[in-house]
Amino acid sequence: MTPSSSIAAPGATPAHEEHHDHHPSYLVDGTTIKSWLLTVDHKRIGLMFLFWVLLFFLVGGIFALLIRLELLTPGPTIMDAMTYNRTFTLHGLVMIFLFMIPAIPAVFGNFMLPLMLGAKDVAFPRLNLLSLYIYLTGAMLALWGMLNGGLDTGWTFYTPYSAHTTTTVAPVLFGAFIIGFSSIVTGINFIVTTHTMRAPGITWFKMPLFVWAIYATSCIQVLATPVIGLLLVLVTVENLFGFGMFDPARGGDPVLFQHLFWFYSHPAVYIMVLPAFGVMSEIVSAFSRKNIFGYRAVAYSSLGIAFVGFFAWGHHMFVSGQSTFAGGLFGVLTMLVGVFTAIKVFNWVGTVYKGAVDFKTPFAYFCGFLFFTVFGGMTGIALGTTSLDIPWHDTYFVVAHFHFIMVGATIMAFLAAIHYWFPKMFGRMYHEGWGLVSAALIILGFNATFIPQFLLGNNGMPRRYYEYPERFQALNVASTAGASLLAFGFVIIAMYLAYALFYGRVAGNNPWRSKGYEWLTESPPPTHNFVGPQPTYPEEPHFYVDPKKAEVPDAV
Amino acid sequence: MQSSASTAGAPAAPVPRLAMHFASLEVQDNAARLGMWLFLTTEILLFAGLFICYGVYRFLFPEAWAASSRSLDLTLGTVNTVVLITSSLTAALAVHYAKTGKNKAVAVQIFLTLLMAIGFLVIKYFEYHHKFEIGTLPGRYYFYEGIQLPGAPMYFTVYFCATALHGLHVVIGMVVLAFAMVRALRKGDFGPNNYTMVELGSMYWHLVDLVWIFLFPLLYLV
Repeated sequence: MTPSSSIAAPGATPAHEEHHDHHPSYLVDGTTIKSWLLTVDHKRIGLMFLFWVLLFFLVGGIFALLIRLELLTPGPTIMDAMTYNRTFTLHGLVMIFLFMIPAIPAVFGNFMLPLMLGAKDVAFPRLNLLSLYIYLTGAMLALWGMLNGGLDTGWTFYTPYSAHTTTTVAPVLFGAFIIGFSSIVTGINFIVTTHTMRAPGITWFKMPLFVWAIYATSCIQVLATPVIGLLLVLVTVENLFGFGMFDPARGGDPVLFQHLFWFYSHPAVYIMVLPAFGVMSEIVSAFSRKNIFGYRAVAYSSLGIAFVGFFAWGHHMFVSGQSTFAGGLFGVLTMLVGVFTAIKVFNWVGTVYKGAVDFKTPFAYFCGFLFFTVFGGMTGIALGTTSLDIPWHDTYFVVAHFHFIMVGATIMAFLAAIHYWFPKMFGRMYHEGWGLVSAALIILGFNATFIPQFLLGNNGMPRRYYEYPERFQALNVASTAGASLLAFGFVIIAMYLAYALFYGRVAGNNPWRSKGYEWLTESPPPTHNFVGPQPTYPEEPHFYVDPKKAEVPDAV
Repeated sequence: MQSSASTAGAPAAPVPRLAMHFASLEVQDNAARLGMWLFLTTEILLFAGLFICYGVYRFLFPEAWAASSRSLDLTLGTVNTVVLITSSLTAALAVHYAKTGKNKAVAVQIFLTLLMAIGFLVIKYFEYHHKFEIGTLPGRYYFYEGIQLPGAPMYFTVYFCATALHGLHVVIGMVVLAFAMVRALRKGDFGPNNYTMVELGSMYWHLVDLVWIFLFPLLYLV
């Protein structure tokens, strides 16, 4: 049942109590291992993705801590230079290809998209399961390569070095190539689902904003991933057989490699961050108890970012020898991304304004997210200015900038999504106090980690260096201390969420009294999402207050 | 064969299977078709990367490109183009017969398509074999005396990457079509309501054909 529906919602009552006993939740409908491993239920697939994605987040996080420990002192601390090179490469590869890209789309997209569209499943459930196994195959191959030597090229594996290094490049790159297929399959699945599976009543402009964000993300996944797939194969071939495609000694052009690489890898940033924007659009409305401000602007700006994101890749190559004219052009196009992001930020703030804010854990993460997005975005605009980028290029300033966006925005949204949808997914509630404490720790720890890195970069410390001069030590120690705080925050979250999974109090169907479509069914949902006939959706997804009635008392 | 048009409220339709999460067969077929179009888009972008490499290196080494292109066997290339375009016709005819439920004809047309695909691969094999003999090979394997221009090995890097990737797609397309052929023979259940499998296989085959139509002039007719 839909509790606390202030406005009558005829038909939006999918679950009926007399069916209750006959329709177990998706969690207990089949308890054998086979029923999980071979399931085609999007919710179970989402959960399995969650398990693996968290595991790889742990792996990537351990690499990050190792890097920070090594940089605690100016000289060698805990590892030799070659191990350090491998460590930062693996940190980047694991975090980007194994964690960040599938994190929100494959976990929460998978789980929520059909629920938000009033569908029983995604359009191609078996392909959905396949994408999980493709992902795992690629991940295992990449991990095998990492354990058998690892590679020291940085996650960007620029040629010609990646073609000549003696470390094991080929299996890792081929693993990443396979993971790309998983990303493509997920993207196709979500686009087709959005086009064909919307329930009666859910028109394009009545879709929840998370769906818009996932849709835009899927478009990028489908259009950009094949290019890096090809590139990964070419570099693998180059590394194994020496075809010379990007080898300057044989007439090849390494800058061409960089163009193709960033043609994917820049839009990939939006694969990571657009779903985060989507999550936040849901949360800001639900916890401000207020209709989203400027629904269409938020929806269109997702598509705008996806579109403009394809034309900004050159800003990674300001010092690679591309023409000044191209540099200027890419600089301007980069700033257009800032325009669309600013539209979103403005609308989120507009949503909170005069809302009845319910300051729960997801909203705490929203606050952190807003700070990181604004500062990460503004430093991004600064970096997109050619004249400023040249001194900052390949310094810790860039490292801090993209961590602000990729970790700051995306991880905040990932954590917010876990906390917001935890009762939806598991039907249980975590401890709110611990949630707020760990959110505070994480936001503080994150700032303490990366603000020193902004300063380091501005003082000229280059990225990826094993040693640094004495005068940079204080800031490096601060950064490492911040990273420890961050790690501590994650440990607390892992503990109370694991506890809540088994012993948390039963949450009820809609503990947040959210108007999101996904909350209209039971929590956790039954196997086919709804019991009884196809529900219809007469209300808007972010409809908390009737604007006609709400404006009257305030109109002084 | 099933002849009545599928409607939203027809759960009893025995052929083909309506998955539980779709509202109607029409939606299900539309979803499959849209998914295939999106997949074809990704394939085009996959080749687009190679075409960009081609464009850049042709711009850098125009003489080597022209000379290397001459060293290819234009006759074999043309024959292969004709073979592949004809195979697209038979693939399209297979869809036509699937729509009208003539399963025998579907199998025959797909069989002809597969024969031509094998013909294409055999001709390609002879072309490759010749290159391995005279030494027009990629990168550091290049040992052909006839063309000693900078960039000639690069031409063959692009040539081999592009044709090998295309050849792989030919093989994948053959496997997909072979499944449809076996189904037409064994079950024979293609009909007005159930031809999506043949249609999608055929769409993929047309893409393979289309890529070759671009590769042929780019590689052979510089």
